[in-house]
Amino acid sequence: MAAPLLQTRDLSMHFGGVRAVRHVDFSLAEGELRCLIGPNGAGKSTFFKMLTGQLQPTHGHVLFRGQEISYAHAHEIARLGIGIKTQVPSVFDGLSVRENIWLAASRIHSREQTKRVVDEMLERVGLIEVAERLVGQLAHGQRQWVELGLVLATDPQLILLDEPAAGMTHEEVHKTAELVREINRTKALIVVEHDMQFIRMIAKQVTVFNQGSVLVEDTVESIMRNPQVRDIYLGKQAAA
Amino acid sequence: MNGRALNLLGLGLVGVIGIAFLVLIPRLFELDVVLELTVYMIMAILALSLALIWGYGGILCFGQSAFFGLGAYTYAIAVFNIGESTIPLLLAIVLPAAFAALLGYFMFYGRISDVYLGVITLTVTLILFNSVNSTAGPEFRIGSARLGGFNGIPGIPPLNFPGNKASPIDLEGMFYLATISLLLAYFGLRLLLASRFGRIIVGIRENERRAELLGYDPRAYKLATFTIGGALAGFAGCLFANWGNFVSPTIFGLAQSAQIIIWVIVGGRGTLIGPIVGCIGIQWLTTALGANQPSGGPDWWAKIFANAPLILGIILIAFVLLVPKGLVPTLGDLGQWLLSSRTKRAKTRLEPKRAEEG
Repeated sequence: MAAPLLQTRDLSMHFGGVRAVRHVDFSLAEGELRCLIGPNGAGKSTFFKMLTGQLQPTHGHVLFRGQEISYAHAHEIARLGIGIKTQVPSVFDGLSVRENIWLAASRIHSREQTKRVVDEMLERVGLIEVAERLVGQLAHGQRQWVELGLVLATDPQLILLDEPAAGMTHEEVHKTAELVREINRTKALIVVEHDMQFIRMIAKQVTVFNQGSVLVEDTVESIMRNPQVRDIYLGKQAAA
Repeated sequence: MNGRALNLLGLGLVGVIGIAFLVLIPRLFELDVVLELTVYMIMAILALSLALIWGYGGILCFGQSAFFGLGAYTYAIAVFNIGESTIPLLLAIVLPAAFAALLGYFMFYGRISDVYLGVITLTVTLILFNSVNSTAGPEFRIGSARLGGFNGIPGIPPLNFPGNKASPIDLEGMFYLATISLLLAYFGLRLLLASRFGRIIVGIRENERRAELLGYDPRAYKLATFTIGGALAGFAGCLFANWGNFVSPTIFGLAQSAQIIIWVIVGGRGTLIGPIVGCIGIQWLTTALGANQPSGGPDWWAKIFANAPLILGIILIAFVLLVPKGLVPTLGDLGQWLLSSRTKRAKTRLEPKRAEEG
């Protein structure tokens, strides 16, 4: 098997006495799509923040294509090719949709290319109609896509999505799942999600977080059948 | 009419008004008015420097007067020592810029939060005020220039035409120089803000974390913005030292720093024309109120209106509470609202705020 795209070794994050992430050994292959599930407070978002340089781990290592990035700045990690869509959409609310995508595309493309890439991206995430509107005035679901468009426009090798389907209508969830599968044709992804419907639509391999550690890692079917996972997380949905 | 056409119209308008002002004022008014307007132009350049770093860069600098004062003092000290004014002029830009770069480096790379940034910049200008204020003795001299402490430095030699010490710029010449400089600063900043750099600093102002996650280093962009703002303020300081042939430590004082912020708040953050309008308007008002001194009688109202700081305070509070976006953006919104209600659109369509707006 080829060297992993992303690897963490003994990764831990403590906030005072709270151990948000504990000794996580995680590995993601090139081109893989992985879902991350776990109850609230399991450490998924903290894990993402360490992968993107928003938090510096208390100890442990993060390796991207073998390169140590545990203590790199967020912008350096972004330049290496990791993009993230955060849980609460982090976008430029006071700017137009087009300007948002432009800011992302402009980081890696020349002037002329940027224009073309922006138009293509607006088409791809279905925002061409609202391209001149301020992002702050859009509905939550649309703002999620703006952020997705931003991330894609920087052409990252690995994309982290933190609850991409949150607050979306049923139809929008389907559209997002389709988009995720399409992205996965060329890029690796890690997706944090609570919506099991959504996970069934996209997932192959699932990692379950609980209390800061990896509980189990398996295919989506086995995870659904795993009684331990049901107990901590799926209980309410499985029972329903 | 789309945003781009409006933008060009606005630019053209500013250009026409600027040139008309430049040509007509010295022909229509006496020298005292021209002199008064000259200082408005100089202060407007100072207002532009804060408009850039606060309005577009999102950096709340409470001590813009530090760079303004450094520019003025640098020019004064250098021109006494050198004589010919070209190098002093350049030094008055370069030194404040370097100081801004050094201060900015520690603030931005030290990840100082926004509130502390305001506190630090204010403290810096007050430290400069106190330091320069206490240099009254004859032992405080740099070359042939005496610092003069709280007495300031009088009789500063005026700027001369580059390379020709024998032909100083006269009072009317100062008006032309200040006005042309203001126009160049305005159009130069418009160009800067329409560039890739300008759009990115606005992005960082809107959401620093997102800009970082896209791969931009906000520290470097903020540092560059802050340095450009420092250079521009220093240049304004140099012109100011020329205008009155005098500079004193009050240039670093609290009143001066607060004024610059008031100009930007009243005129409108996130535009360039707003702070210019705010600056000229407030200064005109201050002069008008000051000229209107009561003649000693028990006239209550006249006394209140002659109290410029009181009136300015009321104006500031009124703006913060009632027109928080400032004069120019609010008028812009109003115009847009009238325009869109006339075209009777079902959906209110707001023009996107672009980096080159204003």
